[in-house]
Amino acid sequence: MIVPGVLDLHGLGFERGAHLLVQQALKNTPPGGELGVTGADPALVVHLTAWCRRQGHRVREASDTDSGVRALVVRGRADLDRWAGAVRAGGPGVDGIVAEPPSDWGLAARGALVESGGPATPFDITHRDLVWAEIAPALYASAAASQWNPDTEVHWDAGEPLPDEVEDAVVQVMTYLVENEQTALVVPARLLARVHPHFREVQQLLAVQAADEARHMEVFTRRALLRRDELGTSSVSGRESLAGLVAEADFSVASFLLSVLGEGSFLNLLDFLDKNAPDPVTRQVTRLARRDEARHVAFGVAHLQHQAERDPEVRRRLRSAVERRYRALVDTAGLNQDVFDALVILAAGAWEPDAIGKGYDAVMALQSEMDEGRQRRLVHLGFPADEAADLSALHTRNFM
Amino acid sequence: MTLILGAVAYDPKVVTIWNGFRAWLRAHDLPFDYVLYSHYERQVEDLLAGRLHVAWNSPLAWVRAERLARAAGREVRPLVMRDTDRDLRSVLLVRADSPCAKVAELQYRTVGLGAVDSPQATLLPTALLREAGLVPGGDVTVRRFDTGVGLHGDHIGGERDAARALIAGEVDAAAVVDTNVLLFGREGTLPAGSTRVLARTGAFDHCNLSAVDTAPADLVDRLGELLLSMSYADPEVRPLFDLEGLREWREGRTSGYARLAAAVDDEGFYDGRGRVTARGYSP
Repeated sequence: MIVPGVLDLHGLGFERGAHLLVQQALKNTPPGGELGVTGADPALVVHLTAWCRRQGHRVREASDTDSGVRALVVRGRADLDRWAGAVRAGGPGVDGIVAEPPSDWGLAARGALVESGGPATPFDITHRDLVWAEIAPALYASAAASQWNPDTEVHWDAGEPLPDEVEDAVVQVMTYLVENEQTALVVPARLLARVHPHFREVQQLLAVQAADEARHMEVFTRRALLRRDELGTSSVSGRESLAGLVAEADFSVASFLLSVLGEGSFLNLLDFLDKNAPDPVTRQVTRLARRDEARHVAFGVAHLQHQAERDPEVRRRLRSAVERRYRALVDTAGLNQDVFDALVILAAGAWEPDAIGKGYDAVMALQSEMDEGRQRRLVHLGFPADEAADLSALHTRNFM
Repeated sequence: MTLILGAVAYDPKVVTIWNGFRAWLRAHDLPFDYVLYSHYERQVEDLLAGRLHVAWNSPLAWVRAERLARAAGREVRPLVMRDTDRDLRSVLLVRADSPCAKVAELQYRTVGLGAVDSPQATLLPTALLREAGLVPGGDVTVRRFDTGVGLHGDHIGGERDAARALIAGEVDAAAVVDTNVLLFGREGTLPAGSTRVLARTGAFDHCNLSAVDTAPADLVDRLGELLLSMSYADPEVRPLFDLEGLREWREGRTSGYARLAAAVDDEGFYDGRGRVTARGYSP
């Protein structure tokens, strides 16, 4: 017989989950109200008493007149108090994003019911507009779907051996690319660790971006070592230029320097390598990498556009960042001369005067394409054309 | 003047707990500090000697503090206690297939107890044996699991060892406080259905925050008021309560200690003036 206000646990004991039924039944009991409990487990009263004491409920032992009830739980309010000040951390969808989530939401899933209190978290990028772009969720989805396997997507045994000088040039260009991709991995990874997890689509996108760069480092290294045991050179000036990128603390400025100007220029470089490389493996790896880089540039541009629409002041900060970087690098040699020469030889494809001349012209054309691309993106962000031309010219000669 | 509290460091978390309370109380304008002891006997002696103003006392430490105070014409009072300190019971467990149906049937058998100074796992269960007409150490063999002597049973290792010995068939019964019956059942030390409750002690109270009459009354009262004002709904307080195992502070009361005081006399653990008379007890 089911008696109202009485919970029958049958044979279920507290070592096997009886508390779940008691907890559920107490939800419908107001604080101070009583719930009768009965059941066949001999240890029921001992266990129930200990459990209730711990949960802030009291237990009144039943008397003979309580018709089969073994104990009465007097409901406490500790469970209610624990969640009294709890709030939803926004909503799970993009429309549930809160512009400025509190620090103590910390690592709670967006949309979770968050107990009040808790430790402050070290995330210092805490405003939506500092990181957001409407296309972030779509870009993440596309990035996740576009991951590729270097073992199967690249035909590593394709092509014939190249003349020694040309092979050396390919190795040098690959060495340069690895160095730059390492930077392109570290910059978003560092930013990612500072973004409040509430903006999870941005974190996810940055994580996949870092994974993209990890794969690029792998394929460029593999191409360099395909027919050689050693890599090429790394110059101080190249590393100085990259160190400036890693040190940039402002999310938008870092995103601008890395994605819009640096990776933007790299799109032209990778396109150049795809078209001019003397062997199929180099063409494949650069084509695959370029696909990923295009997404990175798209996010950078979209995010900065989002920001510039809300705060025109952003453009001033971006401009001074370019000028600052220019001043910091003005006394350095810029692009590693070995890399420049290697690009010429690679594009020449042969070690003869005519071929070298053609290669040289191609590299000159590449540089002006990079410049045009940068100007186009700057105009897209709202810079006047003449200012875009000036800023593009100030961009590091190291390309990235 | 700073109010000084004594607490026994039975576990490393004690430091975290009292650091937390210290910070909270000081933020509420109570000049407060604490000192830690390695066992209860020195803490109680220091409380009566006036080196402490209040002490977080085990029930046994409370019994001794009261006796020492009375002998000196002084007074101690239980200021507050945790809600979880009220109305505990210890049980004598036997294996599910034990032939024993009542305590008297443990005659000529072996009972596993906790540490010599554990109220819940030794002193009160021993009283239960005596009530049934048995003489512990005489017609009932006692096997003590002396872990953390001096900590008055705060260390549950002794109870767990007694429970294990029961399951292993090394003892015929084991004394465990009800909270630990549930804990040992859940952690698997006592597999479901392997044991049954032979008897329960009457209800008793556990720790309290004892204040001595030489302490500055205004600061002691303020401490009591502040503690009673703490709410589990306050996110700043809640982690401290979770750590210390309470949901609310309650007024201190003495009604839950009579059973233990009687057991202390029966066992000759302390004399009427609060001197330690238990044999083989050296915290």
